[in-house]
Amino acid sequence: MAAELHVELVAADRSVWSGEATLVVARTTSGDIGVMPGHQPLLGVLESGPVTIRTGDGRTVVAAVHGGFISFADNKLSLLAEIAELAVEIDVQRAERALERAKSDTDGAAERRADVRLRAVAVH
Amino acid sequence: MGAQLRVYKRRIQAVTATKKITKAMEMIAASRIVKAQRKVTASMPYATELTRAVTAVATGSTTKHPLTTEADAPARAAVLLLTSDRGLAGGYSSNAIKAAERLRERLAAEGKEVDTYIVGRKGVAYYGFRERKVAESWTGFTDSPEYGDAKKIAAPLIESITKDTAEGGVDELHIVYTEFVSMMTQNAVDGRMLPLSLDQVVEESGAKDEILPLFDFEPSAEDVLDALLPRYVESRIYNALLQAAASEHAARRRAMKSATDNAGDLIKSLSRLANAARQAEITQEISEIVGGAGALADASAGSDK
Repeated sequence: MAAELHVELVAADRSVWSGEATLVVARTTSGDIGVMPGHQPLLGVLESGPVTIRTGDGRTVVAAVHGGFISFADNKLSLLAEIAELAVEIDVQRAERALERAKSDTDGAAERRADVRLRAVAVH
Repeated sequence: MGAQLRVYKRRIQAVTATKKITKAMEMIAASRIVKAQRKVTASMPYATELTRAVTAVATGSTTKHPLTTEADAPARAAVLLLTSDRGLAGGYSSNAIKAAERLRERLAAEGKEVDTYIVGRKGVAYYGFRERKVAESWTGFTDSPEYGDAKKIAAPLIESITKDTAEGGVDELHIVYTEFVSMMTQNAVDGRMLPLSLDQVVEESGAKDEILPLFDFEPSAEDVLDALLPRYVESRIYNALLQAAASEHAARRRAMKSATDNAGDLIKSLSRLANAARQAEITQEISEIVGGAGALADASAGSDK
């Protein structure tokens, strides 16, 4: 069995996902970063985007993260985000509608949010 | 029915109607406390992780950031006061306002100008009535605050603290809110959010003995701190809002419980009075009848002769 690290994915108002993982890939402001067990202690700023978590039992969990931080120490990884949701929780039709609406309203922030959700679903 | 009795009956009716309302409000508040408490608990993981991260950056790097260093001569401070939108919550809002007044006096004694920011209609009304200057105010969400509300409040505060004091910025950021200790105890407390004092943060996270590892910062310690501190402020404000909401419901429940009890007492003493009035009325009627019959008997006995 491969070494595992403990992952906590928390949003501002709830804990979204927690469990053991073998690999976590997230996008920081200076590029994608992959964290495996035993990584050097790390603290980084996340970009909005999908985060991929490969769990201990071989499944893949994808979450849409809207900004936030990644911190890793003592084999514990925390992903902090104001808004975070699992790909399985995302309502694709609603996100698509939101994207259309944001494009027509030229609402940059809303467009980015919808886009991140759809990307997370696509990766999933 | 006699006039007196009618008055009592009407008052009993009115008090009974009031009691029903206060009882309903008490039960609604009681159910909302639980919900509000659950929200406080749900927001805890984010707050603790964030505090940990802030501690890590602040201890693990020698970075000087305007938000962590104290100004040499602080000239202006911002005070954020959390009150409720609605009344009927006992001394909830006035306690918070009093705590803010005390803080204000203390800051003024230290020679600082105070900018006031207010959440909740009660605080706004208090300051409006006294025609005091309010830098900014927010209303309409004290019952069940969302994270977005905390963001909205934090934005102008962070903006003014990053501005130079000469241009109207502030050097310190204080918050006054009602801390939720238990169902029975809530305290109006004040605390300084910025500049950050590290001891306080370490104390909060409860990580005093924990030695934090040397972190690799991505992209750099300054950038991480830059991004981290506004989030930290938001999360502190969010936590304060949630605690204040839970305290508000608890205070309202208590106020409504004593109102219901008082209404019960009032009904009891009023019905005693009503009974006495009814009894007096009956006694009077009887004595009138007896008196009338006696008079008639006397009259007819006289005519017989």
